[in-house]
Amino acid sequence: MSDRQTPSQAGTPSPAAGPAQRTGSGSPADAAKGNALFKLGSWMRRGVASEDTRQIFMDGGRKADTFYRQRWNYDKVVRSTHGVNCTGSCSWKIYVKDGIITWESQETDYPSTGPNMPEYEPRGCPRGASFSWYEYSPTRIKHPYVRSALLDLYRDALARLGDPVLAWGEIVEDPVKARAYKSARGRGGMIRTSWEEAAEIIAASYVYTIKRYGPDRVAGFSVIPAMSMISYGAGSRFHELIGAPMLSFYDWFADLPPASPQVFGDQTDVPESGDWFNSQYLIMWGSNVPITRTPDAHFMVEARYHGQKVVVVSPDFADNTKFADDWLRVHPGTDAALAQAMGHVILTEFHVGRREPMFLDYMRRYSDAPFLIELDDQDNADTAKIPGSFLTADKMPAGTTERTENNAFRPLVLDASGSVVDPGGTLADHYGDQGASHWNLDLDGVDPVLSFMDTGDWEPVEVALPRFDLPAQAGQASVGGGVLHRGVPARRINGHLVTTVYDLLLAQYAVTRPGLPGQWPTGYDDATAPGTPAWQEEFTGVAAGAAEKIGREFALNALESGGRSMILMGAGVNHYFHADDIYRTFLALTTMCATQGVNGGGWAHYVGQEKVRPITGWSHYAFALDWARPARQMIGTGWYYLATDQWRYDGLSAESLASPLGPGVFKGKSVADCLVESAKRGWMPSYPTFDRSPLDLGEAAAKSGSSAPDYVVEELRAGRLHFAAEDPDAEENIPRVLADWRTNLLGSNAKGTEFFMKYLLGAQNDISAPELPEGDRPATMAWHDEGRTGKLDMLWTADFRNTSTTLHSDVVLPAATWYEKHDLSSTDMHPFVHSFNAAVDPPWEARTDFETFQTLARLVSKLSVGHLSTATDVVAVPLNHDTPDELNFPGGAVCAVDQLIPGVTMPKIVTVERDYTQIGQKFDTLGPLVDTAGMATKGVVFHPDEEVVKLGEQNGRAPEDAAVGAGRPLLDTDIKAADAVLMLSGTTNGRLATQGFKNLEQRTGGTLADLAEGDEDKTISFIDTRVQPRSVITSPEWSGSEHGGRRYSAFVVNKERSKPWHTLTGRPQFYLEHEWLRDMGEALPIFRPPLDRSVMRGEVALGTTRQGPEGAEVAVRYLTPHNKWSIHSSYYDNPHMLTLGRGGQTIWMSPQDADLIGVRDNEWVEARNGNGIVTARAIVSHRIPQGTVFMYHAQERVVGTPLTESSGKRGGIHNALTRIAIKPTHLAGGHAQFSYAFNYYGPTGSQRDEVTMIRRRSQEVQF
Amino acid sequence: MKVMAQIAMIMNLDKCIGCHTCSVTCKQAWTNREGTEYIWFNNVETRPGLGYPRGWEDQDTWKGGWRRTKSGKLVPRQGGRLSSLAKIFANPNLPDLKDYYEPWSYEYDKLLSAPKDSANVPVARAVSLADKEHIDTIEWGANWDDDLGGSMETLDNDPVLKKMNLDVAKNIEDSFMFYLPRICEHCLNPTCVSACPSGAMYKRTEDGIVLVDQDKCRGWRMCVSGCPYKKVYFNHKTGKAEKCTLCYPRLEVGQPTVCSETCVGRLRYLGVILYDADRVGWAASRENEQELYQAQREILLDPNDPEVVANAQANDIPHSWITAAQESPIWALISKYEVALPLHPEFRTLPMVWYVPPLSPVVDAVTASGNDGEDHKVLLSAIAQMRIPLDYLAGLFTAGDTRPVELALRRLAAMRSYMRDVFMGREGDESIAGAVGMDGKTIEQMYRLLSIAKYDDRY
Repeated sequence: MSDRQTPSQAGTPSPAAGPAQRTGSGSPADAAKGNALFKLGSWMRRGVASEDTRQIFMDGGRKADTFYRQRWNYDKVVRSTHGVNCTGSCSWKIYVKDGIITWESQETDYPSTGPNMPEYEPRGCPRGASFSWYEYSPTRIKHPYVRSALLDLYRDALARLGDPVLAWGEIVEDPVKARAYKSARGRGGMIRTSWEEAAEIIAASYVYTIKRYGPDRVAGFSVIPAMSMISYGAGSRFHELIGAPMLSFYDWFADLPPASPQVFGDQTDVPESGDWFNSQYLIMWGSNVPITRTPDAHFMVEARYHGQKVVVVSPDFADNTKFADDWLRVHPGTDAALAQAMGHVILTEFHVGRREPMFLDYMRRYSDAPFLIELDDQDNADTAKIPGSFLTADKMPAGTTERTENNAFRPLVLDASGSVVDPGGTLADHYGDQGASHWNLDLDGVDPVLSFMDTGDWEPVEVALPRFDLPAQAGQASVGGGVLHRGVPARRINGHLVTTVYDLLLAQYAVTRPGLPGQWPTGYDDATAPGTPAWQEEFTGVAAGAAEKIGREFALNALESGGRSMILMGAGVNHYFHADDIYRTFLALTTMCATQGVNGGGWAHYVGQEKVRPITGWSHYAFALDWARPARQMIGTGWYYLATDQWRYDGLSAESLASPLGPGVFKGKSVADCLVESAKRGWMPSYPTFDRSPLDLGEAAAKSGSSAPDYVVEELRAGRLHFAAEDPDAEENIPRVLADWRTNLLGSNAKGTEFFMKYLLGAQNDISAPELPEGDRPATMAWHDEGRTGKLDMLWTADFRNTSTTLHSDVVLPAATWYEKHDLSSTDMHPFVHSFNAAVDPPWEARTDFETFQTLARLVSKLSVGHLSTATDVVAVPLNHDTPDELNFPGGAVCAVDQLIPGVTMPKIVTVERDYTQIGQKFDTLGPLVDTAGMATKGVVFHPDEEVVKLGEQNGRAPEDAAVGAGRPLLDTDIKAADAVLMLSGTTNGRLATQGFKNLEQRTGGTLADLAEGDEDKTISFIDTRVQPRSVITSPEWSGSEHGGRRYSAFVVNKERSKPWHTLTGRPQFYLEHEWLRDMGEALPIFRPPLDRSVMRGEVALGTTRQGPEGAEVAVRYLTPHNKWSIHSSYYDNPHMLTLGRGGQTIWMSPQDADLIGVRDNEWVEARNGNGIVTARAIVSHRIPQGTVFMYHAQERVVGTPLTESSGKRGGIHNALTRIAIKPTHLAGGHAQFSYAFNYYGPTGSQRDEVTMIRRRSQEVQF
Repeated sequence: MKVMAQIAMIMNLDKCIGCHTCSVTCKQAWTNREGTEYIWFNNVETRPGLGYPRGWEDQDTWKGGWRRTKSGKLVPRQGGRLSSLAKIFANPNLPDLKDYYEPWSYEYDKLLSAPKDSANVPVARAVSLADKEHIDTIEWGANWDDDLGGSMETLDNDPVLKKMNLDVAKNIEDSFMFYLPRICEHCLNPTCVSACPSGAMYKRTEDGIVLVDQDKCRGWRMCVSGCPYKKVYFNHKTGKAEKCTLCYPRLEVGQPTVCSETCVGRLRYLGVILYDADRVGWAASRENEQELYQAQREILLDPNDPEVVANAQANDIPHSWITAAQESPIWALISKYEVALPLHPEFRTLPMVWYVPPLSPVVDAVTASGNDGEDHKVLLSAIAQMRIPLDYLAGLFTAGDTRPVELALRRLAAMRSYMRDVFMGREGDESIAGAVGMDGKTIEQMYRLLSIAKYDDRY
């Protein structure tokens, strides 16, 4: 770096200047004393010995050490980064010598954070630093491969039939042939072939499947687009153009915190890591920052030096624990109890005790605390009331509110004047004419009452609240469930008995106030009362005093610092089944201490989160919204759960999880039943949707003369049409083609991997769990005696290295690496957009993802001729977030499932015309909908008219011929696509940011556009990002502000500009009224312990020890935290990382558990449960808590994993011991913030509530 | 006084996140070639632990560094040159492959080439890079006890714990750890240089970098055993010694070392320091080991002292280097703020890579007590309640004298307390600064260097 001079360099002669001219210290003659031998040596050498002859000084060494200088030589340095699979988005220097990539080091040229903050340089981690090894490694995939068992069949069929599509059809429809190649998956025999042949086989499988079964039987899976937007986008664009669903990943990884959409109505929005530096109190709660946010960790470390207090909550002494002032050693998964007790302390002392105005004002304005909740009767003898729905304007006399549109979605508050009023800014104002310029949090003179106790007019009412912390016992209706009786001040308003959310919150948090009925704790030391510090100690193991102290400090610091208390949270808590409850107890803390929307305060969720900063341009490119709307987007978890038949084993009953106050909607339902119901209601998307091809439906509807929605309703009503989810093993309902790129499904994220092996692929597996017996099976699904195995006809993968997924794929395409292509990267960890650039061209036969999908798009068009032309595709669309679809199910009360009203009680039915012969043309051009229909992100509308013109000039336009896309801007290279993304987004195009803000101002009535002031003329082009990472522009696409060089923090705009959150009340919500939440007992934040499957399903109980036939074994909690030596499975095959680790699969365990099974450090162990078997070496360490083992995430089993002792098969991956566990409330939809959007809401599948048996195995291992 | 210049490094262990990026970028740049597979010029160790090579600090075993004779002379612990020469073909003090580790790779080519109808999913087995044989169970690595892994087997052999007679409970309640990144110390009094029978090792006059002349090295390996830090390695392909070069090809063109620039914890400082070459022998041969730290500090010269500057000029040190020494963070951290300490001064090599010791969480009992959180001063805890025993740090940095370690930690803690007030919008409390012998202004300067730590301030 010519502009970065070390102090030391200034006087150092450059190599070009020749040997240094200075002579050394003294002369040889002076060094006459000392050891003779050494003197001889020094005399023979040019150097000068020191007087005592212990040292020899020499000048330079510039001739002697040319070796190292030559090694440092290189020809050029190219900026690039690492794609996918982590959220670092670090810019790197790639060194190239003689056309070969040699090594990499971090760029240090990020735009400055200003004089009083640490910079973002350098960003990177050891994993990224070892990437160049892959370039020329023996695991590199250099050519296309097809498994011989398939290739032989294909060549034979093609030779006879002459048509690739017919050839494919013949193979997959012949059970013997199909079985032959499917059962060979994962068992070798990969044959190198030409690109043309490999691509033709893939394209033939697409055309055949679309023609025979419909496009929703094809699916694309790729992940985390922000860290290589075009590589994701090219593939998703191709799939959406043909009508194939993209599977979501954020929820599937369990990285989505469902609490965020529940509470904030926002997928996830978090501070950039630089904002940690602004915090004065940081709790790292389930987020091991040095490992998982390696390049960001320094901001936490450095903030400590200005007196930021750091608290770590973790069960083990983790890498981040060394930075803690206090370490709260919590029992895994019990974090919500600790948070609830901290909340108890804060509410008791600061809200009810000191009545801190800062906190109470914040609660009034920026939370749902003052809103009114109806108290309902129970349908039993208990006279205590249970909290129901928000009191909305439709339940009040006419004239109560000024605006009346959408009144059923207009929740109300009590004004200090005593009247019930509309505080404005609720969902009712978000949509419709009346709400225009009123959707804001200004309160317009309203002074909401937080607690009825602050008025002279209330009656004490006993309420019944659920609890789930009792000892779990077999046969319980609600496992661990019980009922608490507490009291609230209530009032009868227009015939409705109501209280406030705040009063309910105080009851839930066991905050004693005089005059209220019910059972209350006697003090912090009352362990019998849920909510107190003493109570939590029994679950968490954290001393009551510690919980009290940290809770108090968190609040005190917020008071002192203006809200700069922060909770940094992640997978350590977010991967549990009840993670949403845990998170809600955290978010309760950040809200009750007025920290949310404050720089240096609030929640900071980091696991799998990402931020495609140029989101509008990207989403329209990636989901082909320029050509067709809507896109098919599927909940990944739901798709995999059904496709891998895990539902046939999942005996988790929704009812056993439900509220002890009555299971209500969950009565008699299994989790799988809930999934089916959610699909049928249009809450969650469901692809394949029906038991008929959506293209056939389009054709049949046209023939019948009905509209598609009418036709579908009629067919459903007549029982001639069914949802595919009702019978996922039926031949006509299964997914058949899966594309996998930028991800390693089977070696990393496939929860219940062995089920994938058996049912999705028809491959070898190690499942020993029993299928559900009769009586335990889902009531609403068809049961076949045999689950359908080998469902996929085609699994193909593009990758640059061999993984579990490539080794099980039918076709493998060689992908360009991250140093061989052009692309864009951004993240929420920093506020910059920067680029990938090709340091070298893709070697061997590798192609970029962009080129791969361009090839396929053109090939599908070509092969479609004669098979597919223009078809009407009937798309079933869920009720969507940030649209008026949210105005559904008043009060959150859901209707019976049998009504069929598209867009209300069932999915919307929308038709899309697809000309399959024009897919390639569409792929290469920007379609017309962006200018004719505009673009929308989170309800904010953009009209890129000028941009489309400019893009045409910049990228060139398609010829003005008869083809589709004639005259439209070209997107036929990765760089042009990148420029389109940048041009069409507010964060990278100031004109659009300003335009979006102005459009939003129309709705809020407030000032927003000034947030982009000064940036109206600024655009960031791809070339700009090659020169230097570029700071983004503040845009309505996100909720924070970078204006004036400010650090980004979530919800700053909401707080400072009174812009509502996208929830029912327009505020972050403590209270959730959706009936599925209420009946799950989760209307309010609550502690729920990890699932106890020993009680729920008769599985082995934690801590069980037994003498098995193969030796002593113990049942331990099985956790899979993120790995120090890999980013998911990437780098876990890289010898640099494996050398710094232990070179293969390992399981960390405590000395106590090791003793129980007689195992010592580095000895081989075997862990097994019904889901599969893992063989690994034990790492025994006293930093691990007893009763819990850690198998760090995604230790790819293709290196060094022996056969299991138990089954003789290849040992499994970490996910061989997990399986998908769906929480029914994650399927709730169709109402307010509980409406679907891709990666915004959906079942996470979770992966932390597992137990495994573990034992010492034979130390002789076979491979 | 003979003033010479040295490029020195300081690593702030309190900031180290143990990510090993430094190790990997260094390895990629310098030692990812045949013959150097096992060589890590830069490595990072979890402490407590054994380090790499295993137990390197135990000079009773390895005989590295210097020994002070009764008469006050220094002789290499492995023996004087005559006795070393006698052992030249059978050096008993050399670590062998098991003390480092047997480097390995995997049969990656077996993945795609697995034959049709294989019984199982193909796997790439581990293969030794030493003898090309399969390794079914890998037994040791370059970083085996990372994050206290295998602590039940290794912890009792931590040479520092042994030497300090520290009994550390191996239970989770009392657990602690921190990271120690290590490169060559580029010592002022290097044993490796004096041990070399070929005269192939030398210390560069202008910047003090210790190097092996690849043309002259004859592979005797006396440097390997002579170095108490075990930072000279033997390249088994070329048959020559290799070691950290302090990235001189980068330093010469004005770039910091690879390990420094790529350190994402931003904990490495690099700069020029001036020292009195005439007093090296004096400083290295103090009788009392615990005086070695102070003695070394004494021969490091104040670059702002006019006498030092005059002497430096007289000794042909260029003006720009003198300026660089004055601006260097090294002098400030060692002598002005007194927070940086040498690694194992008792080896008597006068190492020039120094460390700021790490703070650590308070013990469980303190957290559990629920001390009143209303007093902001107890938000940030007292040194005596921290998990890492002072004695352990003293065993690493000050030959067992806890006072300098405690001072450094107290100053870090005081900085946190003082700056907390400032960041809360209050006046800085001079009594906090005064309690550690500083004033508020100096604390703020130290804060900027340690926390803000801009690129140009680090290098």
